[in-house]
Amino acid sequence: MTIGGGPRGGHPRLQMPCLRKMERLIVSMQDPDMGIKMRNQRLLITVIPHAMTGNDIVEWLIQKYGISEEESLHLGNLIVKHGYIYPLKDPRSLVLRADESPYRFQTPYFWTSAKWPATELDYAIYLAKKNIRKQGDLIEHEKDNYNLLHKRINHTWDFVVMQAREQLRAAKQRRKGDRIVIDCQEQAYWLVNRPPPGAPNVLEQGPERRNGRTSRVQLNMDYYKREIEYCRKAMARSRVKSSICLEGYIKFNEQYVPHDPIMSGCLPSNPWITDDTTYWAMNAATATTPTKLRVERWGFGFGELLADPLGRAQLLDFLKKEFSAENLSFWEACEELRHGEQARIADIAAAIYQQFLAPGATRWVNIDSKTMERTLEGMRTPHRYVMDEAQMHIYLLMKKDSYPRFLKSELYRNLLAEAVIPPETKKRVFPFMRKQRHSSPSPALFLPAGDTEARADDKARGPAAAPVPEEED
Amino acid sequence: MKTRRTLKGHGNKVLCMDWCKDKRRIVSSSQDGKVIVWDSFTTNKEHAVTMPCTWVMACAYAPSGCAIACGGLDNKCSVYPLTFDKNENMAAKKKSVAMHTNYLSACSFTNSDMQILTASGDGTCALWDVESGQLLQSFHGHGADVLCLDLAPSETGNTFVSGGCDKKAMVWDMRSGQCIQSFETHDSDINSVRYYPSGDAFASGSDDATCRLYDLRADREVAIYSKESIIFGASSVDFSLSGRLLFAGYNDYTINVWDVLKGSRVSILFGHENRVSALRVSPDGTAFCSGSWDHTLRIWA
Repeated sequence: MTIGGGPRGGHPRLQMPCLRKMERLIVSMQDPDMGIKMRNQRLLITVIPHAMTGNDIVEWLIQKYGISEEESLHLGNLIVKHGYIYPLKDPRSLVLRADESPYRFQTPYFWTSAKWPATELDYAIYLAKKNIRKQGDLIEHEKDNYNLLHKRINHTWDFVVMQAREQLRAAKQRRKGDRIVIDCQEQAYWLVNRPPPGAPNVLEQGPERRNGRTSRVQLNMDYYKREIEYCRKAMARSRVKSSICLEGYIKFNEQYVPHDPIMSGCLPSNPWITDDTTYWAMNAATATTPTKLRVERWGFGFGELLADPLGRAQLLDFLKKEFSAENLSFWEACEELRHGEQARIADIAAAIYQQFLAPGATRWVNIDSKTMERTLEGMRTPHRYVMDEAQMHIYLLMKKDSYPRFLKSELYRNLLAEAVIPPETKKRVFPFMRKQRHSSPSPALFLPAGDTEARADDKARGPAAAPVPEEED
Repeated sequence: MKTRRTLKGHGNKVLCMDWCKDKRRIVSSSQDGKVIVWDSFTTNKEHAVTMPCTWVMACAYAPSGCAIACGGLDNKCSVYPLTFDKNENMAAKKKSVAMHTNYLSACSFTNSDMQILTASGDGTCALWDVESGQLLQSFHGHGADVLCLDLAPSETGNTFVSGGCDKKAMVWDMRSGQCIQSFETHDSDINSVRYYPSGDAFASGSDDATCRLYDLRADREVAIYSKESIIFGASSVDFSLSGRLLFAGYNDYTINVWDVLKGSRVSILFGHENRVSALRVSPDGTAFCSGSWDHTLRIWA
């Protein structure tokens, strides 16, 4: 149809695997046996062969994929938007209508993946043709583009006009039906490749990937040594059978589904649905009576108990009674070290040592001699992970010893007994009267702007230290 | 499930979003360089920053809720402390933390406000100290751009997973910088990775139009979530609180909800008018937020 496809060697290929899949779908749609039944469609007075109706497309997709009409229409629309099928009746709008409007398959010559990127020369010829045919009466944006191109490739403008005239002359020789088809094909191609302002550009991909070749892996001795080490470790690693892993998922699922608001709803109500923030107020870090689900969840694993600030506070109370509260404090201090500011690492490590590990320390924690030896060794050049071994030792101690006792303790059983199950919010009598949505104070408000000391401290401790009081409704 | 809130205000494609731990605030970034902090419950905008670059592809909320991090085509990750002081310009207190040699594709704070993990188009991930901007650890091994990362949800662990254009998902040890495990079964770029709530597995969404579940203990792929009628790539995935549902946003403007255990699709959600580029479930699992190239964010519940 047009001469000059542009240099293909240097241009980046359109990396969209979805286009390949769409093309395969298009090919199967045109299959003589299983594809869409095409027939002649009437367009005003002309008869266009090999066309189908929008309805045909939607029905065929429903049949082939077993999907709903909504999904089928959506998929069909995308195919049309990418220019693989074009409408005959309203060629300027690439939209699929699920009615008797006629559509045709785009010729493979104009497929999005085949003829990309569209060249300026081709676009100029296309606009020139339109200009001549419509005697200067182009649409706004096409007029702008035409003038722009005229300026930019002025040196070949004679060629452009010549080509345009030649193509128009050749087109006059064709039958009306063919002419309409060719026009529609071309128009669809350009609607996809040069979308009018306001219309989404389906070919837009985002920033280019794979363009940096600066830090690629060097295939030298070091690289191979690392690869060998990695493979050795991989082979030595013990693998669990998938069936056991899958059982693990099922168990996890059984435990947690009642706690999943999207799966099981939440009481009294999901704030997003009813605009009622009571759920958040009841589950805040500072809530006085925790809900039953929340207290139950502390029993799922030691991590759950630690993760909930209220749970952690209860654990601390329990440990105080057992005279092992320093374990939790030690663990928290080590977390501060692990996630702390780089410049303060040495200081924090020294403080931990003084408070918890030094002989005669006020809050001495009991770790075995080997670990203590290694920790002391590491303290000579303190780094972020110097307390890791000691921290893990204490963590496991709490998890295997204190935690099971906590769960069996009276403290916990009382909490469970006193825990509330919030009543479900009654459905409002007048549902259209929306509840007023109150704003809540931002967590960013809780640190005075100039107070860097407090800020650093709070930051290190994470959300547990800065509770956000929710506005009561 | 349906849209409960629509956040309008970005003038261009929304590229990334993250939740605050308070379960209602979110930060979102877009192509025109704007980063906005919203109270999505009331749909009010609370803060707005204009970055000096376009295509801000990564943004993250600090665990304390007092700062945000963002970056994109500027190859850097910057941290902005959030302030309500009208006299202070947020851009004034900006800290330039990470420096890569190509675009920043993902960033995430670790357990505190003091460290940031970044992934970049230069094929590496890196761990930085926020206050000093010092590089604490770098992670080399991907053969192409790294597009996404997620931290393991464990209180003892020190690992994270990253996915890239080399079709590989790699699990790293933050302390040593070594790759522990790698998985290569996708047919195309991996756009998004997210850990299963128990931390024993992770899901990935890719341009090959499938989402896959990889188990870390079994060391292999254990499920594929795909349908013949889905031909566009998955850009973003996240689990519901119990891990029973996998929400995936696709480049065909839809969100598909998969049953993780059965491997089948539960439902498809329409609403966005352009690609879904970001999808995250809220910290308490009551809703999820999707950001799209149609300039809006939607909260679904």
